[in-house]
Amino acid sequence: MSASFTRAINVLREQVDASVASFFSACTHCGLCSEACLFYTETGDPNYIPIYKLEPFRHLYEQDFTLAGRVKHIFGLSPELTDVALAQWSELVYDSCTLCGRCAMVCPVGNNPGAMVRKLREGMSVAGYAPDSLVDATQRNVHLGSAMGVSYKTLKAQLIHLETDIGLTVPVDVQGADYMLLLSSMEIVQFPEFISAVTRIFHQAGVSWTISSTAFEASNSGIQIGASDIAQQIVERTIKGAQALGVKTVITPECGHSYTALRWEGPTLMGKPLPFKVRHILEVVDQLHQQGRIHFDPNTKDTRPLTYHDPCQIARQGGVIEAPRRLLNAVASDFREMAAHGKMNWCCGGGGGVSAIERADPLRSTVFKKKKQQIEEVGVHTVVSACSNCRMMLEQGIEDNSMDVEVISLTELVADHLVSVEQTVRDVA
Amino acid sequence: MNAFATELLLWVKGPGFTIAVIILMLGLSIRLMEIFGMKAPDKLVYSQSNRQSGSGVQTIFRRFLIPKGMLSRAPGIYLAGILFHIGYAVVFFLFEPHIALLNNLTGLNWQGLPNSVIDFVAVMTLFSMIVVLVCRMGRRAMRFLSDLEDYLVWLLTFLPLLTGFVAFRHVLLPYTWALALHLLSVELLMIAIPFTKLMHTVTAFSSRWYNGDIYSRKGVMS
Ligand code: SF4
Ligand code: SF4
Repeated sequence: MSASFTRAINVLREQVDASVASFFSACTHCGLCSEACLFYTETGDPNYIPIYKLEPFRHLYEQDFTLAGRVKHIFGLSPELTDVALAQWSELVYDSCTLCGRCAMVCPVGNNPGAMVRKLREGMSVAGYAPDSLVDATQRNVHLGSAMGVSYKTLKAQLIHLETDIGLTVPVDVQGADYMLLLSSMEIVQFPEFISAVTRIFHQAGVSWTISSTAFEASNSGIQIGASDIAQQIVERTIKGAQALGVKTVITPECGHSYTALRWEGPTLMGKPLPFKVRHILEVVDQLHQQGRIHFDPNTKDTRPLTYHDPCQIARQGGVIEAPRRLLNAVASDFREMAAHGKMNWCCGGGGGVSAIERADPLRSTVFKKKKQQIEEVGVHTVVSACSNCRMMLEQGIEDNSMDVEVISLTELVADHLVSVEQTVRDVA
Repeated sequence: MNAFATELLLWVKGPGFTIAVIILMLGLSIRLMEIFGMKAPDKLVYSQSNRQSGSGVQTIFRRFLIPKGMLSRAPGIYLAGILFHIGYAVVFFLFEPHIALLNNLTGLNWQGLPNSVIDFVAVMTLFSMIVVLVCRMGRRAMRFLSDLEDYLVWLLTFLPLLTGFVAFRHVLLPYTWALALHLLSVELLMIAIPFTKLMHTVTAFSSRWYNGDIYSRKGVMS
C-alpha cells in the first residue's frame, strides 16, 4: 500500500461527518439525482449519476464506520477499497462534476452528492489522482499568487491603461477603505472592462474602496482540486491583505467559485470566523441601487431581448438570486427568464475546476447542449452573466455551435447604463 | 398442516414479535449512534450568513413535494413512489385491526378508515409498488444503481402488503396461514430496517435537515 494512498484514506476518513453518514445511509438508489445532473442528462451515461461518482467514498464509509460494513469486510463479502479504484474514479470525481449542487436540490431524501464530491476530492488530490492541469493551476495559485500566473505588474499595467480610458483613478492600497475588491486572473487578463465598470459604479456611488497590491487574486484553486491546506493558504493571503488595509468588507468579483471559496468555505478553512464580511459584487451593486446611490435612466433601457445565466456558485450555492434580477429589470426592458433558473439553473459545464481540466474538453462540449437548448428556447441573442469562468465557457460553447449570441457581464451592463442625477433631471426637463 | 399454521401464528404473535422488536430497537440504536456519533458538520459557515431562506425543518417538509421541472423527467417513479409511500402509511396506520394492535402496544387510539377504503388503498399501493419495481428494472439510472439489496428491500416491503391483502380478502390462502405469513413478513421487515436502505425511513429526515440547514444559511430554499 503506497504512502500517498494511506494518507488519502486518512484524509477521507476525516471528511466523514454526521451529514455524510446520514446521506449515505439514506440513499435509496432511486436514481433521481441523475435527472438533475447535466453530465447524465446530456450523455445518458450512468457512470455520471451523481451518487455513483461517490462510490469509493461510500465504500470507505461503510467499511470503516458501520457495523454491517465491518462484518461484511471481515467475512470477505466486501472487497477492500484499493488505490486502483481511486485512480479509476478520477474522471468521475473531477471531469464530470462541476460542484454545481443541482443534485442536492432534487434528491428526495435530501442528499447532497455535490458536497460529497467536494469532500472526496480531498482524498483524491492527496492520492495523486487530481488531473495534471488542475494541479498546475493550483501550484501557480500558491506560488505566483494567481492560478493563471498573473502578477501585480500585469494588473498595474492594465489599471494604467483603463484609467486613461475612463478618466478615473482605480484606488490601490488605500488604508481604511470600506471595501476591498478581489479580481480573478481571467478578469485582469481577459475582461479588464469589469474593473472599469466597477470603478465607474463606485465613483458614482461615492464608495470608499480599494484593490490590494498583495492580495488581489480571488481565485482559489485549492477548493476546486480539493486541497484544504492550499485553499487555506490562499484565504490567509486575502485575510492578511485585508487586515493590512483595515477594510470592513471584501468583495469577490464576477467569479463563482471564489465567492464560495471565501465566503462559505473561508471560515471553515481558517477554523474561525473571517475578520471581515464577504459580499459578491452583485450584492454590493444591488444595494447601492436600492439605496439610490447609483442611477439609471428609465427612458434609455436596453431593449435587446436578453436572458440571465445564473452562475451556480453565485445563485444555487451562494444565494445571490434576486439581486441580478432587480438590476437587470432596472436597466433592460426585455429580460426573459430561462425555464430553469435561479436555484434550479443548469450549469455552463465548466464550474468546479472542470474548465481547467484539458482532458475534460470533449465532455464539457457535449454537456453544453443543455445551455444551448435553454438559450434557444428563450430566443435571445444576448446572454448576461456574472462569472468570468461561465462567460468563457458560454463564449466557447457558442462559438463551437456557431450560435449568434453574445455574452455580456452584468456589472458591465449596469455600468453602461449609469447616468448622473443631473443628467436625468436634464433629460426629464 | 393447519396445526402448523396455528403454531406458526402463535410463534409470530409471541416470541417472533418480541425478537423482531428487540432486533429493531437494538439495530436502530447502533445505527443512530454510528451516524450521529460522528462529528457534526462544521457550523463556521453560519458566521458569514446574513440572510436566511427556508430552514432545515422546511426542507424536511418540502422534499415530500416534487421539485419544479422534475415530474416530466421521471413521471412513473415520482407518482408511483409517492402513492406507494402514502398508501403504505394509510394502510398501516388507519386499518382498524392495526389500530387495535398499536393501541395494545402504545395505549394510543385513533379513528381508522372503513374497510372498503382500505381495500382500495391497498390495491393502489400494491400496484404502485409493482410500478416502482418496473422502474427499478427499466429506468437506466435506477437499474444501474440497483444491487441485490435494493431488490431484497423491495421484496421485504412488498410481502407484508401482499400477505396482509390476502388475509384481508380471504383469498388464495387459509386465513390462519395468511395471517401467520403476514406477521412473519412484517417481522422480517422490522429486522431489516436498521441494516438496509430501509434506514432511510429515519435518515431521510436528518439528511433533508442537513441539506436545508446549509442551503438556508446561504439564502437558498432547498
Ligand atoms: S436522488 Fe438521492 S436517494 Fe436517489 S439515488 Fe440520488 S442520492 Fe440516492
Ligand atoms: S454537483 Fe452538479 S455536476 Fe456534480 S454531480 Fe451534482 S448535479 Fe452533477
